[in-house]
Amino acid sequence: MTTPRSGSAFKQKDDKEAIKWLYGKTAEPSDKVKLDAPEIAENGAVVPISVTTTLADVTSISFVVPENPNPLAAYYKLPPGTMPSVANRLKMAKTSNVIVIVEAGGKLYSATKEVKVTVGGCGG
Amino acid sequence: MASSIRVRAIANGETTDVQTLIQHPMDSGFVSDDKGEFIPAHFIQELIFEYDGRKVFVADWGTAVAKDPYVKFSFKGGNKGGELKVSWIDNKGATDTATVKIQ
Repeated sequence: MTTPRSGSAFKQKDDKEAIKWLYGKTAEPSDKVKLDAPEIAENGAVVPISVTTTLADVTSISFVVPENPNPLAAYYKLPPGTMPSVANRLKMAKTSNVIVIVEAGGKLYSATKEVKVTVGGCGG
Repeated sequence: MASSIRVRAIANGETTDVQTLIQHPMDSGFVSDDKGEFIPAHFIQELIFEYDGRKVFVADWGTAVAKDPYVKFSFKGGNKGGELKVSWIDNKGATDTATVKIQ
């Protein structure tokens, strides 16, 4: 089987390490990245999170939850012609920021939002 | 066996909107069962969408994607009646594939 490029990044326990493994650089916050996530998630097992951006030349989008045991949750590769907009549902162990990272024109841009989790979704 | 993949692709002007729901436990490996033993991690690692022989969307997933994963995206260049192929592989090597016509 093929190993996703992000394989070892998913095993990191620190969000900054995971981002470093994945991209080898850091992201700067951008108001062109719109992150949509609930303020309060009653069930951390299913948290709907989506992102859209007006940035051009987007090649990947990733979702990071720093308070999860493994912060990198999902990494999406967007070939040319695919719109820079993704919706998915993630698990959150407890209240945490959610960071979305958009790779556009070879640079990284991020948006962050805190989601309060009432019942955690990772067990333990 | 019924497919684990439910996918709907709808042409919407220039773009095709794709919504997918997959039946999969997405066990994180951090949850224990009734006997207090950890349920081993079992999760989809890669989900690929192909149209007309080219990849239009590739998801690399970790264990924090929710059970029975949902994902939504859009791409340009799809035509009504064209076939979108969806396939996934999990960390145990299991796979599934489905093909849907763009509506």
